[in-house]
Amino acid sequence: MITPTELIERITAAADYHDCVVIVQYKTQANLRWASSTLTTNGVIAEQHVTVIAFVEVDGGLATGSLTFSDVDPSQYAAIAAAAADVARAAGKSDDAVELLTDTTYGDWHGAHQATGPEVFSSFAPALGESFRQSHADQIELFGYAEHTHQSTWVGSKGGLRLRHDQPSGRVEMTAKSHNRTRSTWEGRPTRDFTTISMADIDANIRQRLAWQERTSAYEPGRYTTVVPSGAMADLMAYILWTSSGRDAFEGRSVFAQKGAPGTTRVGELLASMPVNLFSDPTYPGLETSPFVVATESNQFTSVFDNGVSLPRFDLVNRGHLDSLITSRASSARTGLDFSPVGDNMITKLPGASGDLNSLVAGVDKGLLITTFWYIRTVDPTTYLLTGLTRDGVYEIRDGEVIGAVNNFRWNESPVDLLSRIAAVGATEVTATRELEEFQHTAAPAVVFRDFNMSTVSQAN
Amino acid sequence: MTASVDADFLALPLDAVSQAAIDTGLSLGASHVDIRIERVRTGILDLRDTTPETQTDDSLSGIGVRVIVNGAWGFASSPEISVAKAIELAHVAVALARTSGPLSTEEIVVAPEPVYAAKTWVSEYEIDPFSVSASDKIARLADLSATLLKSETVKFTAAHTKFVKEQKHYADSYGTSTTQQRVRMDSEIEAFHVSGSGFESLRTLAQPAGYGWEWMGNDIWNWDAEIAELPSLLAEKVLAPSIEAGRYDLLIHPSNLWLTIHESIGHATELDRALGYEANYAGTSFATVDNLNRLQYGSPLMNVTGDRITPHGLSTTGYDDEGVAAQSWDIIKDGILVGYQLDRRIAARGGRERSNGCAFADAPSHVPIQRMPNVSLQPDPNGPDFETMIASVEDGIMIKGDKSWSIDMQRYNFQFTGQQFHRIKNGTIVGQVKDLAYQAMTTEFWNSMKLVGGPSTYVLGGAFNCGKAQPGQVAAVSHGCPAALFEKVNILSTVAEAGK
Repeated sequence: MITPTELIERITAAADYHDCVVIVQYKTQANLRWASSTLTTNGVIAEQHVTVIAFVEVDGGLATGSLTFSDVDPSQYAAIAAAAADVARAAGKSDDAVELLTDTTYGDWHGAHQATGPEVFSSFAPALGESFRQSHADQIELFGYAEHTHQSTWVGSKGGLRLRHDQPSGRVEMTAKSHNRTRSTWEGRPTRDFTTISMADIDANIRQRLAWQERTSAYEPGRYTTVVPSGAMADLMAYILWTSSGRDAFEGRSVFAQKGAPGTTRVGELLASMPVNLFSDPTYPGLETSPFVVATESNQFTSVFDNGVSLPRFDLVNRGHLDSLITSRASSARTGLDFSPVGDNMITKLPGASGDLNSLVAGVDKGLLITTFWYIRTVDPTTYLLTGLTRDGVYEIRDGEVIGAVNNFRWNESPVDLLSRIAAVGATEVTATRELEEFQHTAAPAVVFRDFNMSTVSQAN
Repeated sequence: MTASVDADFLALPLDAVSQAAIDTGLSLGASHVDIRIERVRTGILDLRDTTPETQTDDSLSGIGVRVIVNGAWGFASSPEISVAKAIELAHVAVALARTSGPLSTEEIVVAPEPVYAAKTWVSEYEIDPFSVSASDKIARLADLSATLLKSETVKFTAAHTKFVKEQKHYADSYGTSTTQQRVRMDSEIEAFHVSGSGFESLRTLAQPAGYGWEWMGNDIWNWDAEIAELPSLLAEKVLAPSIEAGRYDLLIHPSNLWLTIHESIGHATELDRALGYEANYAGTSFATVDNLNRLQYGSPLMNVTGDRITPHGLSTTGYDDEGVAAQSWDIIKDGILVGYQLDRRIAARGGRERSNGCAFADAPSHVPIQRMPNVSLQPDPNGPDFETMIASVEDGIMIKGDKSWSIDMQRYNFQFTGQQFHRIKNGTIVGQVKDLAYQAMTTEFWNSMKLVGGPSTYVLGGAFNCGKAQPGQVAAVSHGCPAALFEKVNILSTVAEAGK
């Protein structure tokens, strides 16, 4: 296959119109999956996406159209550049047209993709095998998944963009079941290179939680003080991020629209009971992500016209207040909101907060500790009421200690409303989401919420 | 109707690449080799009011090679389709299988299947959506949106269309070789009302299916009629009273019931889930194998089938991604659990003689796993029409259209909302209500089904976005069903749930 940079140079050279942006995303991945303490699938994967975005002049402005391929035959470069332009002309003048960025460089443009492969598991796999052997001996079943990915992204244009970003990511998930699958727990760990993964640590945690489930109590639906670990907190906060389109709020079709005041938003309003921050920052240590916009499509959050624009820190919530909503340059101009694009990571933080999950539990007289959330969906977009379930372990807290397990619940809550019921916050840590696998770059603290609405009981265990 | 696979896909060196992978795998000691050469083209067109907001046209292609060596799987993939790459992938897959051996305590065996040599299959559609110009597609959606925007009730619209053409060549070391092409369409248009007190929306009820662009005309689904009716339904919904939580009889229209079937029956009767293969991600199932032929899943009126042959079904195919011919079978008979969904590995693991053809991979870079066939609730051959069903309800609610859905990791506890909620009193619809969700336990719910509609109420519903597996995969699946009436279902007030 031709190199990504050569491919970009040749397609953009063939584009005989205003501008052409070509984005090449090349990904390699190694993965392992297991169930009942035996490997079930594995893979060594390579994927490529070449997106050709044409920007052509039409009556009244610029139009845009795009085509994406896995592989492009060199004889087709001119035809593809022309086909993207045809799509643009058919679409007509773009609603989000603004001046395109030109002549900007970043990263090692000509460097080759550094492929990952099964060798990344060279220490992890033997340790996993040992866990399998020990689990058989102890009548524990292990289910899980390990994945390591390298993705290289090149953004080049006829106008002189030459941008490159490399993104490593990975994670391990482990579900453990015992006592004929009547007990179940989960542990998730993010990693960039698998050198930080300790199977011994994972094994110790899951065994402690399975032991907590020796004593069980039946709990009724109700509103409970609830301790939420960092990964589950990140799942909730990701849903807030997903409803933070500035244009949607400006037009009145979002929980962040100001009721009774068309064309205004809730930016500036105090949302949280503690001065927490929810933000994205491409330079956040341990969660570094692309420092420039990569947009293969336009949507309510971003625009293909913003490709290559720098991504500064984006503050959605700052000291408890709604600070900004996500905009492109075009939607910023349309709404009067600040231009605030969002990057690929998400961090929740209470400045100065300390303590881990155990210290938060120690501060609760009576309440619940959950492990993860599952199957979260929007019930009512007007209040941003979500529903979901607890999964793989809900624990009873009395006088600062876990004293046993209780049943799972279906919950109905708005994460926006929950911000006003934060009772305590721990230190922020890089963490793994459970529900939202695509949110691989997150940091969050464990949090205590007051009056969490556990709506009905789930028999699942 | 399109009768053949596109020439440009057939022009790829399908046989040479496949044979290279198979020969290489076998020469390296594999007892099983299969290869898929795929091209999946996906188009998305989203309009915000009458203006395009998102347009994509993505052709994903490549090779996936899977082997069994000494009872362990190995899999490798690449976007490059060539003989040299196929040979390289076979080497990588075999090496991965060998290094995976120490982690595999269970020998991988696949259920046998007759050999199908050089078979071709194409789904039933008239107009390739990728042959329709972008301007014509935009014009159709813009016209429908503009009609809605003429209403004073409608402040904004959002139109979404997704169209897929999936081409697959499969070959394995037993001699099976299949080449297939499937086309599917999904569209919806949502109308928004915005006022000083907030916003409300209502969406079309058209269901995705295995059609081409002809689906956007008015012959299969009457788009023009539905769009004409939507503003008045939205206006009524805006003014509708909030529901009071409690237990109500529910008459569920197929445009809503398909999703309840998907979540509470479709996923619950996947044998890989019941055995625990999805325990870390998608979940397990309460319908474990000890329940087969014993569990009273629902009322005796309940008959559910699995199939991959329904015309225009989203899961319909000629052969699955393991070379198994498409079939149809019972899953629930007279209310009793009698069958599961299987792929070749899970069939062998579960002691079945043959797979029922449910293997699917959504991309060349993903391994085939057991995915859902069309899972459908059968109508009562002598059952009533929809109007008669409404007339049979003394005090209840009729629900149309899907919206929010969620179910627990063992498929017990579910909660769904909808698009339209019509209050029924004494056999007559008396107006809409709003802000409600229905919540139930799966077997309790299906055992409360007291009336099943006749064939005139039957609709093929479905979705493009069913998720499962790690790495995550999505699959399109259909669910046919009649309208059905359920007794005293738990109705939640979403206003009360939000603490408002």
